Amino acid sequence: MLTVENTKAWLLRFAEKVEANKAHLSDLDSVIGDGDHGNNMARGIKAMQEALESKEASDPADVLKNASMALLSKIGGASGPLYGSAFLDMSKQAKEDASDVSAIFRAGLSGIQKRGKAEPGEKTMVDVWHPVIKALESGELTTDTITDAVEATKPLKATKGRASYLGERSIGELDPGAVSSSYLFEAWLEGED
Amino acid sequence: MSEIGIVLSSHVSELAEGVYKLLSETAPKVSITYAGGTDDGDIGSSFDAITQAIEENEADHILSFYDLGSAKMTMEMAIEYSDKTVELFDVSFVEGAYTAASLLSGGADYDRVIEQLKPLIIK
Repeated sequence: MLTVENTKAWLLRFAEKVEANKAHLSDLDSVIGDGDHGNNMARGIKAMQEALESKEASDPADVLKNASMALLSKIGGASGPLYGSAFLDMSKQAKEDASDVSAIFRAGLSGIQKRGKAEPGEKTMVDVWHPVIKALESGELTTDTITDAVEATKPLKATKGRASYLGERSIGELDPGAVSSSYLFEAWLEGED
Repeated sequence: MSEIGIVLSSHVSELAEGVYKLLSETAPKVSITYAGGTDDGDIGSSFDAITQAIEENEADHILSFYDLGSAKMTMEMAIEYSDKTVELFDVSFVEGAYTAASLLSGGADYDRVIEQLKPLIIK
């Protein structure tokens, strides 16, 4: 069940993780992308933190929508519209039913796929969202699920996004978007303890 | 003034401005607005700048053109939030926008513009 309080607390934990790993995200991105994922995400989550603290929210859907707008406006790279779509569609689903967290995350995934047109196996953030939601739906989500999903992007060859220009050379590297998405889910799990 | 306007979205402000300059010369009767780069002037795309380009365009029916993937995705989000009718074309950025601008300025109707854009679809 999402509430205003636990949704805010979750997203603030996500923000802390992104901030703490900003350099790591940019390092990963400099190998297979344009090296800006850490800075872009940090700029976005800073705006998100400010929005969460300053904007009124009467339900968890509002919290998610405020996060969506901040990320969309401030990230500046491809992750902006991707996370923006994810949070916007999670917000719409939370408006319908805030009690079903799996359905909310599933709506987020479909938002990402609608925007980025990626399928599982293409070395993108979808490769974390997809298995994590499956595990959540069957009540088996653990930190290992998340870590394994991120690690599983390593042997994949990128066929979507900027890393796809590298072709074979993308094999053996982690996908930065998959890593930043893992922070979102780790932050969620920490609130479930 | 043409009833249909054009919005350009690029990762780089100079690139957006350059294409705008090119189009303006050939199409003085078309409202053309543009957004390039992030809010901080870096390379990327800005939802707010694209939204502003859509809203400041004099037309309510807009044909939009972009350079690369995230400019497209950000444009799509801006379109979702806008009340205007904005169509996005997966055509070559410069040639596509130039073709549309020239045709609209010359008084071509919508169907003819769409027809001429079809062979320029590259992405």
